[in-house]
Amino acid sequence: MANSIIRINELKRNFIVGSETVRALRGVSFEIQAGEFVAIMGTSGSGKSTMLNILGCLDKPTSGEYYIDEIEVSKFSNDKLSEIRNKKIGFVFQSYNLLPRTAAIEQVELPLLYNPNVGAKERRERAEEALRLVGLEERMYHLPSQMSGGQQQRVAIARAIVNDPVIILADEATGNLDTRTSYEIMSLFQRLNESGKTIAFVTHEPDIAAFTSRVVMLRDGRVTKDEPVKTASAQAALDALPASDDY
Amino acid sequence: MNFSNLIKIAYTALLRNTTRALLTMLGIIIGIASVIAMVNMGQSSQAQIEENISSMGTNLIMVMRAHQRGGGVNLGNANSQSLKLADVEAIKAQAKYVDAVSPSVNASGQLVNGSKNWPGSMQGGSVEYLAIKKYEIAYGTNFTEQDIASYAKVCLIGKTIVDNLFEEGENPIGKEIRFGKIPMKVIGVLEEKGQNSMGQDQDDILIAPYSTVQKRILAQNHLNMIYASAKNEDVCQLATEEIEKILRTSHNLSPDATNDFEVRTQAEMLEMMSSVVGTITSLLTATAIISLIVGGIGIMNIMYVTVTERTKEIGLRMAIGAKAKDVLWQFLIESGMLSVVGGIIGIIVGIIASYVIAQVMMSPFVVSVGAVFMAFFVSAFIGIFFGWLPAKKAAKLDPITALRYE
Ligand SMILES: Nc1ncnc2c1ncn2[C@@H]1O[C@H](COP(=O)(O)OP(=O)(O)O)[C@@H](O)[C@H]1O
Ligand SMILES: [Mg+2]
Repeated sequence: MANSIIRINELKRNFIVGSETVRALRGVSFEIQAGEFVAIMGTSGSGKSTMLNILGCLDKPTSGEYYIDEIEVSKFSNDKLSEIRNKKIGFVFQSYNLLPRTAAIEQVELPLLYNPNVGAKERRERAEEALRLVGLEERMYHLPSQMSGGQQQRVAIARAIVNDPVIILADEATGNLDTRTSYEIMSLFQRLNESGKTIAFVTHEPDIAAFTSRVVMLRDGRVTKDEPVKTASAQAALDALPASDDY
Repeated sequence: MNFSNLIKIAYTALLRNTTRALLTMLGIIIGIASVIAMVNMGQSSQAQIEENISSMGTNLIMVMRAHQRGGGVNLGNANSQSLKLADVEAIKAQAKYVDAVSPSVNASGQLVNGSKNWPGSMQGGSVEYLAIKKYEIAYGTNFTEQDIASYAKVCLIGKTIVDNLFEEGENPIGKEIRFGKIPMKVIGVLEEKGQNSMGQDQDDILIAPYSTVQKRILAQNHLNMIYASAKNEDVCQLATEEIEKILRTSHNLSPDATNDFEVRTQAEMLEMMSSVVGTITSLLTATAIISLIVGGIGIMNIMYVTVTERTKEIGLRMAIGAKAKDVLWQFLIESGMLSVVGGIIGIIVGIIASYVIAQVMMSPFVVSVGAVFMAFFVSAFIGIFFGWLPAKKAAKLDPITALRYE
């Protein structure tokens, strides 16, 4: 299955701050194949978010090559990158980033509203299907203020998969959640991965990274380690949690 | 990008904060409503004036006493005695373009009938007075040349006086009422005429032979005014010039002396009034337009606040595929919708206000279709004009920075 979803080669990203240049990425190369569940790890400031922003086409590298779904996008215009984000990428953020006072179903429909090829009926059906996949079919018309953090993150995940992206990118997606909810979210990601979704997941927590199948370790803008790991089952970890944790 | 999707995006965003949307629209609502009300009011007054011109007759000519000057001080016209009965005779004898002519004298006093009384004024005229001022007799008769010659104590009264001095259903003909101490016999009742353009009740009138008013009430020989009517509208100007010439001769004025009287046509008077109304309307409309601009600035202000407040939302929209121009359009449509919906509400409120004003002022209810269309396009323009900078600001945001914004 040599189906390369992401291929980066000698990726560099410099930030000019005043007279100084911050070298956030100093030449990163790796490849993510279809169906992988990759954790991008590293200490704070190691360049994880910078990396993910470039992978997510929100930012452009200073130099290097970036192929997503076999398209070289590192020199794309902002409008072209918007289209790539809309069609090929699903984002999950640490702080959910849901729209206030907006029903779950409408949150999930949002990416499809920016896709002129999807009509209103198809949009609604796909959003309903995505919410069903994350287990929120009962809460389609709930507002963010009526949902727990874990439920809100599920809405965000539904929003990330509704456009059927080639990769889901998550930046500290469990960072705001307690252990149990984090495991639930990881279990959801594992199920999505089993159903064929490719996922790149930024985290600095080793116990969360343990639920993925490969860890890319960053330090000072360089890859220091890139190896497959034995995937732990998030569901099993959940079952093992003491009941008292369920406050 | 699909435009109907953008519209959906914009209105769902607006519906998230309806209170704010309404408050933002308020400025536009007030601005548009006042512009509409002002323009309608102006047109209504104009229509009323035109109606008056035709009801009073465009061939009415008034001769007034000129303002007297004493050493450069304007003494007004009250003391001038320049108009005499001889002038009326001269006009009657010589003017070719004049149909009818009547002296005019008036006195004010209390009208009494038994226990009822009413403050009124007595208008003295010739037998032609009614025809010139377009009064009709509802019942009874006009006074005659004979009555004028004998200073007869007879009068014609308007509906307002009938209503105030007589019981309902009572026939005033043949009854005697008193004007001060002088008993006057009612010989005719006038057809109802309503208000004139200055809001005066034209039915609050008592008409008597001018000689009666002059001799029995005022004890004066001069006249307050002379009314004449031109043969028709087209010769009105000629008649005016003719009267001026006749009066200059009859007043023995040397060629370089200024007139000691003034000749005015009804049309001129109404034109003057309509230009005053026009000026007032323009001033009020200008004020309304300023409030509209203030409303637009209000929209701009709120849109700036909205863009700042929704920075994270903008970042998210960009992350899931919104292009810079999609964001620009979203905010332009939002501000455009605010002002267009505000404009539509304003138009409705303005029309209701014009209707109420027309009822209160008893003027015709006019809706200026032009003003309604203008208001609609102006409000759309305001939304896009004042929404432009905030929308531009939103579109220029960098998605990463915007997403990180707290
Ligand atoms: N927009 C920016 N301007 C300047 N420096 C930046 C910017 N974004 C990130 N950096 C710097 O790049 C380095 C990597 O940051 P980041 O990718 O956010 O790290 P991580 O997500 O791993 O904590 C840090 O030193 C950070 O200060
Ligand atoms: Mg980070």
